[in-house]
Amino acid sequence: MNDRPSVITRLIKGFGQFWWDFLVGDTPELFVAALVTIGVTALLSEGGHFNGAAIVVLPVLAVLALASSLLRALRFSRRK
Amino acid sequence: MSDSAQKDIDVFIAASVSSGTVVLVGAVFLASCVEMVEALTIVLAVGHTRGWRSAFEGTGVALLVLSALVAAFGPALVHVPLNILRLFVGGVLLIFGMQWLRKSILRATGLKAKHDEDAIYEETVATLRATGVTPGRDRIAFVLAFKGVFLEGLEVIILVITLGTSAHRLGLAAAVAAIAVVLVGLCGVIVAKQLSSVPENALKMSVGILLVTYGTFWSGEGLRVRWPGGDTTLLGLAAIYAVVTWLFVLALRREVGARRIGTNA
Repeated sequence: MNDRPSVITRLIKGFGQFWWDFLVGDTPELFVAALVTIGVTALLSEGGHFNGAAIVVLPVLAVLALASSLLRALRFSRRK
Repeated sequence: MSDSAQKDIDVFIAASVSSGTVVLVGAVFLASCVEMVEALTIVLAVGHTRGWRSAFEGTGVALLVLSALVAAFGPALVHVPLNILRLFVGGVLLIFGMQWLRKSILRATGLKAKHDEDAIYEETVATLRATGVTPGRDRIAFVLAFKGVFLEGLEVIILVITLGTSAHRLGLAAAVAAIAVVLVGLCGVIVAKQLSSVPENALKMSVGILLVTYGTFWSGEGLRVRWPGGDTTLLGLAAIYAVVTWLFVLALRREVGARRIGTNA
């Protein structure tokens, strides 16, 4: 019996693998941080009165996400 | 409305359009260059080692499949509501941009090895030489060239379609990407070897800054955030992220330097 997955299965798996590597890869913290950034901005902009706060929060959270990911990389390199 | 007020508005709109276009062109061009340098390194390694026929066939088929994907998904995206599209595109660009920025900062500070096109070329050549040449069509060479061009090209296409559709300038984005691909291809023909002399990390850092800029802007637009100054905000965001990147590089270089002194002492 042929245990090799079908072409469709391999295509779907390859497609999923591509998007996983593309968006998550070895930095899951950045993926989560981007979702949190968008979520917090959505909450702020939902009311309509917090446009000014949303304008500041979006880039600030992006910078914080990058900083925390760089710190994680630094800690990891110290351990090596 | 007075003539002078109308004139001011016209000047402001013209400035907004041109600043948005400059950032779009810059982001697409640099991203396409970086990805195509990586693809070209693999194709050149395959061509030099196993012959050009399979390398060109693999490249050609990959380009055909990529064109079919653009034809299938490009026009369909126009029908997605703009706010949803911009939120999705903004999120993807924010993640992708931060990944690129992180990687380039770590490489600039020595915490991560630089992307070495020479090493990739040598590694690919060694892999190809280790496998025997089969008579007839060279399947391994074809697959390697196809995968290299397809995977790197797919990233270019995602950026072109997402950036181009959200900015309502898909034609411009595609044309800029095509120019970048042709330019990198011509460089490959001229040097006929790996493209290690291209300052890839500096390019990657610039693209990272532009992608995070667009990611921030469009995530906000998708969430109905009203940016002061409209499209001109892009330039301000790009400047902020560039300064922050520079500060991160300085801080990490100091940390790495201090660590080296501590190790040597």
